[in-house]
Amino acid sequence: MANWPSPRAGVFSMCLGIPGKIVSIQNADPVYRTGEVDFQGAVKQISLAYVPDAKMGDYVIVHAGFALNVIDEDEARQVFEDLKALGELEDAANGV
Amino acid sequence: MNHLKQFRDPDAAQTLLAAIRRIVTRPHAVMEICGGQTHAILKYGLDRLLPDEITLIHGPGCPVCVTPASVLDKAHEIAARPEVIFCSFGDMLRVPGTHTDLFSVKANGGDVRVVYSPLDAVKIARENPSREVIFFAIGFETTAPANAMAAYQARREKLPNFSMLVSHMRVPPAMEALLASPDCRVQGFLAAGHVCAVMGTEEYPPIADRFHVPIVVTGFEPVDVLQGVYQCVKQLEEGRAEVENAYARVVRRGGNPAALRILSDVFEPSDQFWRGLGLIPASGFRLRDEYAEYNAETKFGAVDHASSAEPDECISGLILQGAREPHQCSAFAKSCTPEHPLGAPMVSSEGACAAYYRYRRLEHAGR
Ligand code: SF4
Repeated sequence: MANWPSPRAGVFSMCLGIPGKIVSIQNADPVYRTGEVDFQGAVKQISLAYVPDAKMGDYVIVHAGFALNVIDEDEARQVFEDLKALGELEDAANGV
Repeated sequence: MNHLKQFRDPDAAQTLLAAIRRIVTRPHAVMEICGGQTHAILKYGLDRLLPDEITLIHGPGCPVCVTPASVLDKAHEIAARPEVIFCSFGDMLRVPGTHTDLFSVKANGGDVRVVYSPLDAVKIARENPSREVIFFAIGFETTAPANAMAAYQARREKLPNFSMLVSHMRVPPAMEALLASPDCRVQGFLAAGHVCAVMGTEEYPPIADRFHVPIVVTGFEPVDVLQGVYQCVKQLEEGRAEVENAYARVVRRGGNPAALRILSDVFEPSDQFWRGLGLIPASGFRLRDEYAEYNAETKFGAVDHASSAEPDECISGLILQGAREPHQCSAFAKSCTPEHPLGAPMVSSEGACAAYYRYRRLEHAGR
């Protein structure tokens, strides 16, 4: 399991939520607020109406052309901190 | 930081797999609700890396697969009208109804257009005032905010030529329906992370309590899925049945307030037909009465749920309930392929049949 298969490029299925990075923001009217979001090189115009606090550089989860939430970087880091603790537990259990 | 790379890290996955192996003492059946998770599980072979005690049951969470044939029949009827521009997510084009599919309607001269966002359909309506523009508004709670916004903008702009054919599903009532069925094997759930990103997690504690099942809100990358399985198995081993959030970087308890505001302005819960599962009480969204002018059923007549039929050999209902695996269908990879799908689960990239065809076809050939 050294390498996972690489992600399929260019999939924009309706229901697959994908993370991307906000690279520009336009339109002050909250209902029509949009921005450009970069999905690993593919840049798309995305509605930011539902992420009123999102800033340039934030990562967002996008479904059907709408950013649904900003990814919380602290929570993302927490996952790997917890995993590190879990790994140490495993090592201890295995007497490493 | 590169989220995708981190959450696909094989070492992190190995840590979780080792932890799962350490805690598991007996068999457990866990259902992943969402087709996106099914896809990730097969693509990365996660089901094979897990200990034999753990069975992953694939759930009904593929919006393309559960859109009823009756609604597709209505879509095909509307899309064939000369005054109509019919806009749809691309996934829906090859899904068969009773007689045809949108792709064939288009080939026969229907003006069928693929859009990525429902707002693209609103734009087409603005630019084509002499045509009727219909958007095929399907999906779960993940697409509902997008579809709601399309209706919201159209009403605000008083666009007379825009309407939506709506077939919207809500996940929690479907989980209850599965759990209430007498032959349900599911002991724990991985809840669909992006559904919860919109709706929050408040709907789940009553389900966990009533059926005594752990429910773990789970993401879509390999590390996310394994983290969800780990937490779910840990609860099962400890005899707990709680709602836990293993996808806190995206899911907040209250969901997305801005999305929920527009969603409840436009939609209200309603009984809903699911392809393969039938009518489930309160399991859908319909347009509120204030949006009647933007409802395609007001303009073109109501969907007739009695008229549609499924091909005999397609067992998609059993597949969607997790009662059978795709390779157990006699048509799988023979008369039913992604090029010539008999049923919706073979069409959608999130459909279980398509995922098995893509990742498991060769080993099941000739069985
Ligand atoms: S393989 Fe085809 S025919 Fe069989 S259940 Fe899946 S979609 Fe239906």
